[in-house]
Amino acid sequence: MHVAAILRLVPDTREELEVDASGRDIDREWVGMRLSEFDDQALEEAVLLKERSGAKVTAIALAGEGVDRLLQTAVARGVDEVVRVVHDIADSRDTARQVEALAGALHRIGADVVLTGVMTPEDILGQLAGTLAGRLGWPVFNAVTSVAAEGDGLRLRQEYSGGRAAIFDVSGPVVIGVQSASQAPRYVAGSKLRQAAGTPIGQEEIPTRAPAAAAAITGLSLVEAGGQAVSLEGDATTIAGKIIAILSEKGLIGA
Amino acid sequence: MKILVYIEQIAGQTAGITGELLTLARGLAERTGGHVEALIASDAPESIGGSLAGADLVLTAADPAFAQYNPQAQAALIEAVIAARAPDLVLFGYTTMGMDLAPWLAARTGRPLAGYCIGLEPDGAGLKARSQIYGGKLIADVELPLPAIVVMAPGAVREAEGRGDEPAREAVAVPPGLAGGAVRFVSAQAPDANAIDITQVEKLVCVGRGIGEQDAIEEARGLASALGAELVSSRPLVDLGWMPKERQVGKSGRTVKPRLYLTLGVSGAPEHLEGMSAADLIIAVNTDANAPIFQVAHYRAVVDCADLIPEIVDELERQGLSHA
Ligand SMILES: Cc1cc2nc3c(=O)[nH]c(=O)nc-3n(C[C@H](O)[C@H](O)[C@H](O)COP(=O)(O)OP(=O)(O)OC[C@H]3O[C@@H](n4cnc5c(N)ncnc54)[C@H](O)[C@@H]3O)c2cc1C
Repeated sequence: MHVAAILRLVPDTREELEVDASGRDIDREWVGMRLSEFDDQALEEAVLLKERSGAKVTAIALAGEGVDRLLQTAVARGVDEVVRVVHDIADSRDTARQVEALAGALHRIGADVVLTGVMTPEDILGQLAGTLAGRLGWPVFNAVTSVAAEGDGLRLRQEYSGGRAAIFDVSGPVVIGVQSASQAPRYVAGSKLRQAAGTPIGQEEIPTRAPAAAAAITGLSLVEAGGQAVSLEGDATTIAGKIIAILSEKGLIGA
Repeated sequence: MKILVYIEQIAGQTAGITGELLTLARGLAERTGGHVEALIASDAPESIGGSLAGADLVLTAADPAFAQYNPQAQAALIEAVIAARAPDLVLFGYTTMGMDLAPWLAARTGRPLAGYCIGLEPDGAGLKARSQIYGGKLIADVELPLPAIVVMAPGAVREAEGRGDEPAREAVAVPPGLAGGAVRFVSAQAPDANAIDITQVEKLVCVGRGIGEQDAIEEARGLASALGAELVSSRPLVDLGWMPKERQVGKSGRTVKPRLYLTLGVSGAPEHLEGMSAADLIIAVNTDANAPIFQVAHYRAVVDCADLIPEIVDELERQGLSHA
């Protein structure tokens, strides 16, 4: 089994975001980029799969600023090989072209199981897992919370709303959109990171074409955060008093 | 516009988002002079409960391969139905199944897709969608040429009541060999029936990742008991093993509507809001003045929850109001 873990750097949505001059994207100049939280989970599950069943794991990422470091971190976390995919895609939200580049790279490295995050904060034109699986003609499972080797294939757990889930066995190639790993992503010591810093990164160059019919993001607007909310001002002590007054008035405490 | 709506089922019933999708489809069909078809796949489609009013026709696909949800079998069926009926628009809900099927079909059929949609309008020869992006902090306008696939966020459309009569049904051909695919359903898992049912609790204190350390959970639990409330959480704390799954609120947890929902360090991602935005009173505490949780809150406090929690507990005690 050759597992590919696809990793993506995404804007850190905890930061203040602004719309850029084009009006169609966020201003990326000052926004921090971080490993997509669900890709982080996918990476962990891929490494667990390796540790428990001896699968080979290759971490793959589309080339870009910070990606080499990201891939080296993946080495420190336990993947066998890392590949950067050099591409010609201008917009990080262009799933169709990303998938074309990634499918080409997967074909070249010969992976038969793909793990990636279930979503990113910017995949509005199609989540990667499903789009990639459709392109490859492989089955896909999203919202997956565990993946383990079972017989010749994999056993996985898929979650639905309301805390329900189902267990499936899959034989043959598959793409998995990971929601959470079987255990929380591991901590990597600084010494291991330094050691991994020199790891050679494989490279694949895959040209892409614009799809015949494509959706276009034509505008972006900030949602007013305040909404209808009444702001409770002051220091923590003052705010605590105000909250208690509201709860008392509404009959939610006391009596 | 010819619209195909994919109908999800949960335990023999149509899923909660069905009425929203059919309401949206009906409205679009009426504005554009179109037609709505609903597709339902099951081993026994006639036994699925729930209204499909709003569709002009229900397409039923009966096959043992559809006895349980199986993404491979469902995807192959919908691909065949799209080829046979050539809808201009295929609608899904933003659910696990919608995530499996919609992008897969978009790639197979070469149709553009817009996801996380909270609004959808006809626009010239195509569609204009409004989609949540960047954790719900921004909204994107998306132009879609037809034919297209759209995935709607739950709660985006107010479900119309009295959508009319139940539509006629027509059986569709099922592609052969679906049961023999690479995917085998093993078992279903239901939530623990003996665990607390947070949907029945009147007052909830919800902790999110902003709580910081695991030790802080105990502080928050102290606050909850002082308020006579139960402690619940966002998903990441469950994934970290800090909180039990039965106390998770949101898309993949429970949907709650308590009298009080006090959040501490919850950003308010769309997947969390889906499970709590209907609460009677929402008080949100977050250090980020732009946190999306404030979009649904009645009261907002931009303050460090580590500072606030002991202040509330102390003040409740001082005023003799503590339930602990
Ligand atoms: C298919 C799917 C299903 C999902 N289901 C669910 C679900 O059921 N429930 C759910 O919750 N999520 C769910 N999610 C995850 C969701 O997308 C978010 O990742 C999650 O809700 C974020 O949790 P959070 O708000 O605790 O963390 P974060 O988004 O990391 O937010 C932490 C917040 O704390 C604030 N903060 C930091 N420090 C402090 C401080 N000292 N005091 C006060 N505030 C502070 C920050 O400003 C930030 O807003 C799902 C995702 C997917 C893809």
